Amino acid sequence: MNQIRNPLLQETLFDEEADDFAAPVSPLPRRVTPLEGIAYLLLVLGSGGFLASILGWIGGGWGSFLFVFGSLTAGGVLLPWARYGNTSPGVKNDRTFFRGISTRGITGWAAGVLLTGFYVVLYWRSDLLEGGIRLVDPLALVLTGEEAGKWFLYGFLYSLAVLLFGFRMILRWRGNPYQILRTFSVIFFQLGLAFLLPHLLALFEQPEFYFTYFWPLKTEYLWPSGFRWLASHPGGLGVFMAFWGLAMTFLATPVLTYFFGKRWYCSWVCGCGGLAETMGDPWRHLSNKSDAVWRIERISIYTILAVVTAGTAVLWINSAMEGGLLGTLSQGFAEWYGFLIGSLFAGVIGVGFYPLMGPRVWCRFGCPMAAILGLLQVKASRFRIETNGGQCMSCGNCSTYCEMGIDVRSYAQKGDPILRASCVGCGLCSSVCPRGVLRLGGRK
Amino acid sequence: MHAVILGNGVSGATAALRLRELRPEWRITMVSGETTYPYSRPALMYVFMGHMRYRDTKPWPDSLWADRRIELLRGWVSEIDTKERSLKFEDGNRLGYDRLLLATGSRPNLFGWPGQELKGVQGLYSLQDLALLRENVKRARRAVVCGGGLIGIELAEMLHGLGLPVTILAREEWYWGNILPREEGRFVSRMIVEEGFDLRLSTGLSEILGDGEGRVRGVRTSEDEVLDCQLVGLTAGVSPNLAALEGSGIPTRRGILVDRSLRTEVEGVFAAGDCAEIETGGDRNLLQQVWYTGKAQGRVAAASLAGIEERYEPGIWFNSAKFLGLEYQVYGEVPNRPGEGRRHLYWEDFEARRAFRVVEEGGAVCGMDILGGRLRHRVCESWIREGRRLEEVLEGLGEACFDPEFFPRPVERIRKEIREVAG
Repeated sequence: MNQIRNPLLQETLFDEEADDFAAPVSPLPRRVTPLEGIAYLLLVLGSGGFLASILGWIGGGWGSFLFVFGSLTAGGVLLPWARYGNTSPGVKNDRTFFRGISTRGITGWAAGVLLTGFYVVLYWRSDLLEGGIRLVDPLALVLTGEEAGKWFLYGFLYSLAVLLFGFRMILRWRGNPYQILRTFSVIFFQLGLAFLLPHLLALFEQPEFYFTYFWPLKTEYLWPSGFRWLASHPGGLGVFMAFWGLAMTFLATPVLTYFFGKRWYCSWVCGCGGLAETMGDPWRHLSNKSDAVWRIERISIYTILAVVTAGTAVLWINSAMEGGLLGTLSQGFAEWYGFLIGSLFAGVIGVGFYPLMGPRVWCRFGCPMAAILGLLQVKASRFRIETNGGQCMSCGNCSTYCEMGIDVRSYAQKGDPILRASCVGCGLCSSVCPRGVLRLGGRK
Repeated sequence: MHAVILGNGVSGATAALRLRELRPEWRITMVSGETTYPYSRPALMYVFMGHMRYRDTKPWPDSLWADRRIELLRGWVSEIDTKERSLKFEDGNRLGYDRLLLATGSRPNLFGWPGQELKGVQGLYSLQDLALLRENVKRARRAVVCGGGLIGIELAEMLHGLGLPVTILAREEWYWGNILPREEGRFVSRMIVEEGFDLRLSTGLSEILGDGEGRVRGVRTSEDEVLDCQLVGLTAGVSPNLAALEGSGIPTRRGILVDRSLRTEVEGVFAAGDCAEIETGGDRNLLQQVWYTGKAQGRVAAASLAGIEERYEPGIWFNSAKFLGLEYQVYGEVPNRPGEGRRHLYWEDFEARRAFRVVEEGGAVCGMDILGGRLRHRVCESWIREGRRLEEVLEGLGEACFDPEFFPRPVERIRKEIREVAG
C-alpha cells in the first residue's frame, strides 16, 4: 500500500537555489493590527519631526524635543510590543528571508544608504545637521551645562537606538534569560557609562571619560598625549582614569577573557557591540560565511592590530625622545588613524552597512580590541561553545544566524567544541538551535 | 571501480565522503532526483517559514564535492538492473556500476484513503513536497493535518504561521501516542491546543472529499464529521522508499533487507539509512529512520562498499525533537506504556513548560526523557550504559544539565519530588 505514488509529488518543477524558492504566497495577507498602525504613525511623526528640525522648519526647545523623541520612543516601544507582546516564548525568525528590508531588497538598500549617509554627513558635513543638533540642546544643557555639539546628538541617538531596539530584543527573546540579561547589560553600559556618565563628568569639570572603552579600541587612552592629559588633570580622578585605562587593557582584559571568553566585552559591555546586538539584530544573518571571507577577516583585523600596536609604541618612543623620532608626523599618524579607522571603518562602514553586510563588519574585520580578545580567547581562555553529542541534524540555523560569519554547523555536526577567535558569545546559535546542541560554557 | 550511491540524503552523502577517504582511486557517483546537492531534510520547515534559504540548509559547501571528486548526478532512477549492473533513469539514460549503495530514504505513508490523489493533498518529506506546498497554500483558507507525529506538528506550525486555521487529526489518545508516554503526550497536546490549534485526538481520517474538479474540499473524520479545507497534509509516518526496486530482485520486506554490514543478498548491492531493514537474527529487524542513525549507517556502508568488514551496532538510543517552541529529548528506553518490571518516575511543571521522566528496570536506569530542557548526551548515555541506580542519577542530575547559562534549573525540586514518589 505504501507503494502508491502520489503523482503530484515528483512533477513540480522548481529551482531550489532561487532565493524565493519556498516563499509561500499567503492566502491570508498579514494585516497591520491597530496597535502596529499606531506605532508606525508615531515613528513617522517622530522621524518627520526630526527631519523638519534639520531642515529648520521647526524650532528648538523642550516642546520640539519631547514631540520628536517622545513619538520615536513611543513608536519604538509600541511596535515590538504589538508584534511580540502576545506571542509565546521561542524563536521568532519567521519570514526573515522573505522581507526586502532583511535581505538586501530595495528597502534594505534604502536603509543602508540612509544610515551610511547619516554617518557621512555627521563626520564631514555636520553643518547640515545644525537644526538636529539644536533640537537636543535642552537635554544637553541639563546634562552638560552647555549647548549640544554634534557628538552629543550622536551619542543621544545611539543610546536611544540601543534602548529601543534592546527593548525589541528582550520581547523577542522572552523566556531566554541569557539573551535578556545580555541585552539589559548592553543597555546599561551604553546609557549609563557611555552616555550619561561622560557628560556628567564634563558637567563637574572632570575629563570626559568612557569607562567602557579601552586601548586599543579607544587608542587615545594609552597614547602619550591622551594618557598625559588624563594624568595631569587636577584632582585625583584624572589619575584614576589614566590607571583605569591601563588596568583594563593589561589586567582586566586577560583575566576576564580567561574566565568568560571575549563575550564579557563584545556582547555584554562594548557600545559598538551593544548597537550591533540591538539595532543590528534584524540583519545578523547577512554576515558572509565563506572560508574566503574568513581569510580576509584574519588578515584585515590583525593588520589593524599590528598598526595600532606599532603606532602606539612609536608614539611613546617619539614622546620619550621629545619629538626626535617623528617630529610633527606623530600628530599626522593620530589624525590619519582617526580618519581611516575611527571614522570611515568603525562608523560609516561599521554601522552604515548593517543592512547590507550584517551588524558586525567593524567587529569582525576592523576592531583591534576584538583582535586581542580573540587571540586571548583562542590561546588563553576556558570559553568554548560545547556541542551535545550526536544531536545535531545539520539544519543550519546556527550558522545562518551567526553575526560573525562562523560556520557553527561545520563543528556541531562533527560533535566538536567550537573555539573561534571571532566568536563574541552572543549565544544566538544556542538560542536558535532546534535540538539543544549548543551551549556557551567553559572547559572543565 | 565505480561506486554509485543512489540517494543524497545524510546516509548517501556520509557514505560518499567516507568512501572517498577509504578508496582515493575509485570513481564515485552520487545520484538524486530530489536535489543536486545534499541538504538537511529536517530543515525543510525553516526554509518554508523564511528562517533560512535552501542553500543555508546544505551541511557541506558545494565546492566540497568537486574537491573530493564525487560526481553529482541529478535524475530519477526508474529501474535497477542487478544482472547488467546498471541503473535506468526516467529519461532513458543508463549508468553502470560496480558497487551500488541504495540510500533512497523514505516516503510518506499513504494508507489508501479515498481521495488521497486529489489536488491539495500532500505529504511533507522532500523538497518537491515543499514546492508543492507553496502552490497548495495559495488557495487554502483552512488546512487539515492527518497524523499526530513530528512531521505533523511541523507542517501544522508552518501552515499556522501563514495565518491558516489548522486542524490536526491524531488517532492516538494523546499527541505522538505511539512514542510518547501518556503524561508527556498530554503535556504536548495541551500546549498544542493553547497555541491555537484545533487538535482532535482519537480521531482518524476516513475520507478526503473532492469538489468535483479534482481538488480537495474537505475531509470526513472517523467521527463522521466533515471538515472543510482546501489543503490536507498526510503525515502519518513514513516508510522505506522502494520505488526504484521493483523487478530488481533485491529482497525487501518493509525495507531493503540487509545484514549487519548493510549488504543485501545481491552481490555488490548495499543499503543504508531510512530504506534499510537490518536483519538481526532476532525476532525484530532493525528499521531506524532518524538523522544520526542514517549518518552512522552511511559510515558503515562506505566500509562495506570498500570491502572492509564493519558492522552496524546501534548504540544507546537517543532522539530529540521540537513541538512548536518546546524542546524534547529522549535517551535510552522510554516506552509509551508502562510495562512489567519497569518503574516510571515522572515529574512535570506545566506552567514552567518542563517535564522529566526516568525509567528504571531491575534497579538500573534504562531511559529518561525531558520536555522543555536540555540534557547532556554524553552523561545520559554513560548512565544508561553503566546501568546506574536511580539514586545515582538523581544525585548527578546537575551534571546532566545542558541548559544555557542563567536558565532556571529546577534540579533540586525534581530530585526531591521524584524521591518522594520513589519512596
